[in-house]
Amino acid sequence: MRYLTALMFLLALAGVARAEVAEVYDFETRAEEQRYRDLIAELRCPKCQNQNIADSNAPISKDMRDQVYRLMREGASDDEIVGDLVDRFGEFVQYKPPVDKRTIVLWAFPAIAVIGGVLIVAGVAMRSRKRDQEEPALSQEEKARVRQMLADKDQQS
Amino acid sequence: MKRVLLFLPLVFAVAVGVFLAAGIGKDPTKLESARIGKPVPDFSLQSLNDPEQLLDASLLKGEVSLLNVWAEWCPACWDEHGYLMQLANEKGVRIIGLNYKDQRETAFRFLGRLGNPYQQIIFDPQGSLGFDLGVYGAPETFVIDAEGVVQYRHVGVVNEQVWEEILLPVINKARGKS
Repeated sequence: MRYLTALMFLLALAGVARAEVAEVYDFETRAEEQRYRDLIAELRCPKCQNQNIADSNAPISKDMRDQVYRLMREGASDDEIVGDLVDRFGEFVQYKPPVDKRTIVLWAFPAIAVIGGVLIVAGVAMRSRKRDQEEPALSQEEKARVRQMLADKDQQS
Repeated sequence: MKRVLLFLPLVFAVAVGVFLAAGIGKDPTKLESARIGKPVPDFSLQSLNDPEQLLDASLLKGEVSLLNVWAEWCPACWDEHGYLMQLANEKGVRIIGLNYKDQRETAFRFLGRLGNPYQQIIFDPQGSLGFDLGVYGAPETFVIDAEGVVQYRHVGVVNEQVWEEILLPVINKARGKS
């Protein structure tokens, strides 16, 4: 029972800590609010580098959330909002870099690695199968020698 | 031919090693500014010394200058200030201050204790110009050329090493152009 009380107390504290991040913004519809949440979840804080601006308490993240909200009120599209922040802080603030000439290797690498791996495995498998077909593991002569050797061994033991 | 192929994994491992070794020692918290090659964004803000005087982007034209983003609350700004004094007084560098998210009284207290290396100080209590410049942590120092275009941004303390190795070459290049 005591543990339960302690746990509940801790959980209550966690709620308080969480609430600090969220400013109170007014949204006209649920969909708008969800759009805002999605946007701030995919933008990265330049100061505290492994947090998105939704989770970060850094003042710069608050400024960025304000800007996202302001641009949303002005009717900007998602791309315009992300573009506005990228213009200021660089591509670093995007968790998903855009697909272009410089980032194509980054995006294509998983596919290249998988296809390359499949090709190598297929190549090795095909080659070994071909070899099996072309030359049987042992010629008649060799088989006879093996039988002879095994027979010798049996006699010795 | 087959023997050469056997060396492929070694070549691959060395290539990956060189690539990864190049990344060691890079400070991931120092980001390249997205504003390089672009003009300083338009602004209209008060001068720190004189609330009546409004400053705008023309302040940063006509001469190569350093734009130093500072605040009294920023510990590293205290550290670099002595060197900024030296740059302004001994090397005659034109430094414009951007007082970032600070208050007038605390800013004056800071300057009163450490001296004022700035030709002019832009007072930006809301951090609006800072936001437009992509400032994410004071101190930051921008090199602005005579046309008012951002040439470089240094994040962190300016000291003799940073000046000699990074800022001075950029400034000389910017001066050579105009």
